[in-house]
Amino acid sequence: MTKPTFPFSAIVGQEDMKLALLIAATDPGIGGVMVFGDRGTGKSTIVRALAALLPPIETVTGCAYNCDPKTRKQTCVAGCLVPSKANSQSVSTPVIDLPLGATEDRVVGALDLERALSHGEKRFEPGLLARANRGFLYIDEVNLLEDHLVDLLLDVAQSGENLVEREGLSVRHPARFVLIGSGNPEEGELRPQLLDRFGLAVDVKSPDDLAMRIEVVKRRNAFDRNPAQFLRSWAKAQEDIRTQITDARARLSDVKTPDAAIEWAAKLCMGVGVDGLRGELTMIRAGRAAAALAGDKAVKHTHLRTVAAMALRHRMRRDPLDDTGSTARISRAIADLFDGA
Amino acid sequence: MNDWSDPGLIAALLALDGQAFGGVHIRGPSGPQRDAFLALLQGLIGADTPMRRCPISIDEERLLGGLDLTASLATGTSVMQRGLLSEANGGFVVFAMAECLSTHMGAQVGAVLDRGEISIARDGIQARVPANISVILLDEGVTDEERAPDAMTERTTFALQSGDLRVILEGAALPTRESIIAAQARLAAGLPCPDDVLEALCETAFAFGIGSFRPVMAGVRCAQGLAALNGRTRATLEDAAIASRLTLTHRATMIPSAPEDAPTQAEDAEPQDQDDPSQNAQSPPPAPDSDPDPSTTPTPQDIDPTEMLIETVKAALPEGVIAALSLGATGGRKSRERDGRGSGDSFTSPKRGRPVGSRRGSLRSGQRLHLIDTLRAAAPWQKVRQAQSGRVRVQPEDIRIRRFVEKRETTIIFAVDASGSAAWQRLAEAKGAVQLMLAHAYQSRARVALVAFRKEEAEVILPPTRSLARARRLLSDMVGGGGTPLAHGLEAALTLALSERAKGRTPRLLVLTDGRANIARDGSANRDQAGADALSVAAQIRSFGLRAVHIDTSPRPRPGAEALAIKMGGLYAPLPSPRSGDLAALAGL
Repeated sequence: MTKPTFPFSAIVGQEDMKLALLIAATDPGIGGVMVFGDRGTGKSTIVRALAALLPPIETVTGCAYNCDPKTRKQTCVAGCLVPSKANSQSVSTPVIDLPLGATEDRVVGALDLERALSHGEKRFEPGLLARANRGFLYIDEVNLLEDHLVDLLLDVAQSGENLVEREGLSVRHPARFVLIGSGNPEEGELRPQLLDRFGLAVDVKSPDDLAMRIEVVKRRNAFDRNPAQFLRSWAKAQEDIRTQITDARARLSDVKTPDAAIEWAAKLCMGVGVDGLRGELTMIRAGRAAAALAGDKAVKHTHLRTVAAMALRHRMRRDPLDDTGSTARISRAIADLFDGA
Repeated sequence: MNDWSDPGLIAALLALDGQAFGGVHIRGPSGPQRDAFLALLQGLIGADTPMRRCPISIDEERLLGGLDLTASLATGTSVMQRGLLSEANGGFVVFAMAECLSTHMGAQVGAVLDRGEISIARDGIQARVPANISVILLDEGVTDEERAPDAMTERTTFALQSGDLRVILEGAALPTRESIIAAQARLAAGLPCPDDVLEALCETAFAFGIGSFRPVMAGVRCAQGLAALNGRTRATLEDAAIASRLTLTHRATMIPSAPEDAPTQAEDAEPQDQDDPSQNAQSPPPAPDSDPDPSTTPTPQDIDPTEMLIETVKAALPEGVIAALSLGATGGRKSRERDGRGSGDSFTSPKRGRPVGSRRGSLRSGQRLHLIDTLRAAAPWQKVRQAQSGRVRVQPEDIRIRRFVEKRETTIIFAVDASGSAAWQRLAEAKGAVQLMLAHAYQSRARVALVAFRKEEAEVILPPTRSLARARRLLSDMVGGGGTPLAHGLEAALTLALSERAKGRTPRLLVLTDGRANIARDGSANRDQAGADALSVAAQIRSFGLRAVHIDTSPRPRPGAEALAIKMGGLYAPLPSPRSGDLAALAGL
């Protein structure tokens, strides 16, 4: 019954968003991606396409938290029901959709009502956060989600651990996931404190190039008519991106960060007026991932340049009477600081 | 082959493959013509296809599905209950009074339309349920602000005015169930959409400034559907022309620039704008400026298919739309905002609003029990309480009460004295404050309105809005000078405040005046009467319990100037030269 997913490699344009997702796939510690964009620009399509692309992960068979067989001793929940000698299996990286109507008990997990009533047994029933462990958690229209749920999600995403203290339960389980939120700024914004906690933010716009738009519609139409054939013709390209991610992950820890790059980042952050250090740190981290994806051994200006906007855009103080978009201000600052000299 | 009217065509296309088109948005009052359309559609889809009505009072549980509590308790296992959307799987859901649907519900239905399934994660249930549906939005909204949620209208391919539906009652030629079945067979055989048709649709959407890809994809499917209905085996440009009329017209955000001879045409075509020569001079540029657009450059072919489609869509655009679009007024559709959320005034309410979990409490009148959380609270103690199997022992401390959040938005109404010599500065600062607040309102989601009074009248310069662009446009040409009809000004502000309150918003008044009223309610220049009239309106403001602030803008506040604020039951703030920032702060941001 599951519908086939449009392949990631066949998506036309939207380079910024694709790069941000690939960076998050390479370095999940980057801290989530927020996607702003108008309706009908394909935000959800891209996220769902990512799900089909990610390399599979090894998990303990039957584990509700997708524990890694190698590290399960450290990560697994006390009282986990899976026997210690369980087999492991290869599953696709979870990309979990958080529906807007989700209630808190299903997100964080709660007392298993059925067991409690029928057996008088106190047992934890894991929620969506457990299922998203080691994967991605996607919330469309995140600005419509209850504030307290968004707070909770960001908190868990950052600490990598879900603490449940309710209904007489006290459970702690691993919940390392990349949070992806999408939303339309015209429908209400996220509070700045929340925005700051997303590592990267991208603006998705409808392409304003006609040829590109025609290509989008043609591919989509071809996919709708015959998904299987379309997927076959893109299988090679899909495999290439998958290899790119796997290689980048392996290379990431060896990517060097020269002092010049750090200075460059610091200058830019001061130039555009970003408070705090998160902007700089995220930019450098994203730059490393971008370098790893490109197969380079050290972070260069070009990498920082491609990730500057997505790392800083949502951390800039907004001047209410200045209409200039954040993206434009960042490119202006880059030009002022580094091209003029 | 067929000569059906647009409503007939739309009904036929929906019957053909409703799920592919998301549905139809029907705007306008209810009436027999609307019922006739629904009856026509039901006839075309046959009695076996579900068509369910959804009341606006529906709760999330019934809409999306959730835990069936009675069955769960009876069997001792979690039993899921299907929601209305999944019960309508393969068919249609009719939303009456769609303009009252919340953004939140709109987004949820929108997600279902996109995915063809519902993912449920609530009350201990985790499931994905198929729900291939199409929606019919019966939208009886009158003003621009009262509209079905964007998340839904974005996904409903077609739009109709209920007036358009009259043709059905007037005995127009209508599609039949047989024609639908025949067309379905043709579609199933795989009906191609040639590249030229596809490209022409893309170019047309592009020329009309339609950014979203959904309408174009729907246009492609629509052309295929029309070809099938017309007994063809492939979509043609003729189908594309009708498809673009049905799917693109109502989403146009700009008028494409015509080729070279455009200027002369524009002059001929728009004589109604002649009263304002500056507008006429401005109206051509907005189109050309969007013109790195290759679609409008003539191609060597005899008839450019795109041009043909563009003309079709143009012809179908209502006149007012053309005028508004060519003036570059992006107001209307784009900047329209709805019941946004955010930090307006939100308070937890025991009865209404959106559910946000539960808390411990006792069942007093008006409280609603949260049964599942209550059972959860009771569950761990069942052994201790020695419950018999099949029975749950619930004690008072287990009781959990449902909590709802009701979001109320604020509307800040500026009543600005535009009289006398200080008018210019007051107005400038009030405008500045409005813009500043709107810029903030991006996060606070407050609406702002402005009433100005001078000479013998008060005027609503800026109706309540959240759009900065709109405010800038409307506030740009305000004039000052003349007498001070304070009573009129307060009355106008009060009327506006009450109408806002009727819409469920919380109005706040900010009155900027030096308080020297000199025009009485009857329009006479009688200073004493004017003052008394103003105070009596102020007393009314108080009696309605409105929050108000009088900002005294006179250079040296007179003794007794607080009288107005006292009568209004509000604050008095002497600010001889108010600055935008102060005003925004006073408005409670």
